[in-house]
Amino acid sequence: MATTGVTIPLIPAKASKVPDHIFGAAMLACGLSLLAIVVLIVIELVMQSKLSIHAFGWRFFTGSNWDPVSGDFGALPFIYGTIVSSLVALIIAIPLSIGVAVFITEMCPKPLRGTISFLTELLAAIPSVVYGLWAIFVLAPLLREHVQPWLAKYFGWTGLFTGPPFGIGMLAAGIILAIMIVPIIASITREVLTAVPQQQREAVLALGATRWEMIRMGVLRNARTGIVGAIILGLGRALGETMAVTMVIGNTPQIAKSLFAPGYTMASVIANEFTEATGDLYLSALIEIGLGLFLVTIVINILAGLLVWSVTRGMPARVRA
Amino acid sequence: MPSDSITPEAGATGSAPEHGPSRQRFLNWKRVLADRFATGFAVLMAVLVVVPLLAIFGYLVVRGVGSLNLAFFTHLPVPVGEKGGGVANAIVGSGMILAIASVIGVPWGIGAGIYLAEYGRGSFATLLRFTADVLNGVPSIVIGIVAYALVVLTQKHFSALSGGVALGIMMIPTITRATEEVLLLVPLSVREAAWGIGVSRWRATLSVTLRTASAGVITAVMLAFARIAGETAPLLFTAFGNQFWNLNPNQPTAALPLQLFVYAISPFDEWHRLAWACALVLIALIVGAVAAVRLVARRGMFQGAS
Amino acid sequence: MGVGVQVEKLNAWFGATQALYDIAMQVPANHATAIIGPSGCGKSTFIRCLNRMHETVRDARLQGRVRIGSLEVYGDGTSAVEVRRRVGMVFQKPNPFPTMSIYDNVAAGLKLNGFHNRRVLDEVVERSLHMAALWDEVKDVLKKQSGASLSGGQQQRLCIARALAVQPEVMLMDEPASALDPISTSKIEELIFQLKEQYTIVIVTHNMQQAARVAEYTGFFLMGKLIEFDKTEKIFTNPSDKRTEDYITGRFG
Repeated sequence: MATTGVTIPLIPAKASKVPDHIFGAAMLACGLSLLAIVVLIVIELVMQSKLSIHAFGWRFFTGSNWDPVSGDFGALPFIYGTIVSSLVALIIAIPLSIGVAVFITEMCPKPLRGTISFLTELLAAIPSVVYGLWAIFVLAPLLREHVQPWLAKYFGWTGLFTGPPFGIGMLAAGIILAIMIVPIIASITREVLTAVPQQQREAVLALGATRWEMIRMGVLRNARTGIVGAIILGLGRALGETMAVTMVIGNTPQIAKSLFAPGYTMASVIANEFTEATGDLYLSALIEIGLGLFLVTIVINILAGLLVWSVTRGMPARVRA
Repeated sequence: MPSDSITPEAGATGSAPEHGPSRQRFLNWKRVLADRFATGFAVLMAVLVVVPLLAIFGYLVVRGVGSLNLAFFTHLPVPVGEKGGGVANAIVGSGMILAIASVIGVPWGIGAGIYLAEYGRGSFATLLRFTADVLNGVPSIVIGIVAYALVVLTQKHFSALSGGVALGIMMIPTITRATEEVLLLVPLSVREAAWGIGVSRWRATLSVTLRTASAGVITAVMLAFARIAGETAPLLFTAFGNQFWNLNPNQPTAALPLQLFVYAISPFDEWHRLAWACALVLIALIVGAVAAVRLVARRGMFQGAS
Repeated sequence: MGVGVQVEKLNAWFGATQALYDIAMQVPANHATAIIGPSGCGKSTFIRCLNRMHETVRDARLQGRVRIGSLEVYGDGTSAVEVRRRVGMVFQKPNPFPTMSIYDNVAAGLKLNGFHNRRVLDEVVERSLHMAALWDEVKDVLKKQSGASLSGGQQQRLCIARALAVQPEVMLMDEPASALDPISTSKIEELIFQLKEQYTIVIVTHNMQQAARVAEYTGFFLMGKLIEFDKTEKIFTNPSDKRTEDYITGRFG
């Protein structure tokens, strides 16, 4: 056990401070990059849309004429298409997502829980373009041959289901969007539902409520804010979804009442026409649409984030001592 | 014990026990029906969610498997009308673009995560966290426009580099939040042990805290990678695609999801067949990554938790 | 081998709350000094001020003077890292690095400071594990098993070995055996007996019998103040202050 006689060199006082400062600064720079990215996005989008903003001003968003040949650009059809397709998606997705979430957290037998939640996660992992592929070759024919004629027959009077059944169109886009946003809404709803303390459930059960009443009064009521946040987050995702929608919406810049009609969304027109845009004004108009899309999704995501954070507290687990 | 004349439901419905027995049974029946209906509805929803998933996977396998041969993986696309051909250039191209994206996104993302977990204080850190969450929701096509403006306009041509930049930017917020979460799971006692033996702060953060959380960080990176591997929109006008081999990051490059898109919207049956095969390969890779992540998590290799 | 510790007018705060009031103490070299007192009296805060661990807590403040031998702990030119190399610390709950092997755990203090001479590292690891009375139990699995795979008592001895490997002059122990079973506790106490010859030891303990067993000197803390500091024998048989006597005889705490 003889000592080796080696003295471990002590760190000179100054040298140990400098690398710490450098490291801290480097990490701060990485953190600031998050803000920098947002700033960068805004700057680039605004700079590149200047041409179009100067040419059209506000009527860019109210004009419904999209005519690359004559150089007249109005974005209203895309705004309309984006809103309608997202609304259809929400109407379909909300009951599905909340139903699945409630099922997994409150009703599902334990052994099944892992499988079902894994499957829902998998839905989220499928890329948009694969959804689009499936939508073109499976969903659209299904709609065209079976669903649309049925809808036209029984609900044609509403004006929403009229016109030739192409299969592709606003309805197809809405349905595929719904399938895509279910995992997001469902997973956040699940988080929010599990965040409701067990005492709330037990208090309602102790009064003699059935399981559904317990869920309704003890869980859903408490999680309301978070669920609304989850829905808004899903809406945000639907608004910006590009590939799957582009592949089945029909890519026609028109405003039509019927859901059977083809349409166009803000993201789709950018995807389709960007590389073929002739002339700076055309490109600038497309980028201005991108700017509009960005602003809308940012506002929606901030709103959703605030709602969800207020319930789940936002912070990941603090350091445990 | 409550006597028989007091119904257990009295408290919940607020009804006093002066109603006759038939009225109580009526209330009972309605509520039980509501409960059954709600349960049935929820189960139905769960089934309806799982069905498209199974349908999509089913179709992918059925339509795609037949086209998965060696030629698919090793040949270049052939002109329209000819049979055969493959997507070798797209696979390699995707690899190149994803590599560039990872080089950009992973260090920045982990660094930002380290900052939030180890140095972040108060409202500034909260702002950064919130920004990361909001950034995750920005449509990928918008990020594509930014990469276009930054790189393509500057270089005056499409390139794998610009595609990598777009995808790299998309990786950052995801990796940041996940890294932060995993680092915060490392108990304070591990950090104190490192400080206690005279290790400087930056060294302790990298070689002890980060190392302890390494399994979780790797998971986060894999998940972010899987997410951008299937992204198409930002590549439409950055990497742009290429019919031929390209190993130069400064030239337009093919990518698997891009190729899928082109094949899918084409009017040619032969290309449709290839599209299904591409989709199958893409899904296999992504699902593989997600399943591997779940396996790691279940095995408890998150050695940060004590 | 060991050096003494001088503390003068030490005051410490957590934010606005003061935790230590004007502590003055001379810890003699090459002896074991026990710090006793009821929960929340500032014992842990005190020893964490000795190796500058107190300042790692957010909003923690400190005033006063601490000298380890000739080193001014809070002097202008002194870095916290330098102090912590000279002062080793063992924590209440054993905290080996979970992803490192036993060998790497012990060698961590050296390797992470850039010292990589394999032969010397081997020697240091073996010597430290011997001193911590752990060598025989782990010598065959040094690099194969992780630090976290050992039992609680072994983990704590591993932490002691890790602290000893950087050749400190003072060893601080914050209730080192409170999370351990009686057999491991007695092993740790034996260890302290042996280490006394080479190091100065300051040990915080809840267990008065333990203080009486291992320490020559004892300091009694109450509500952030040092009430009495003297030879252990005197404190336990004939304390000068009534509060000390009340604590010793179990009237509170």
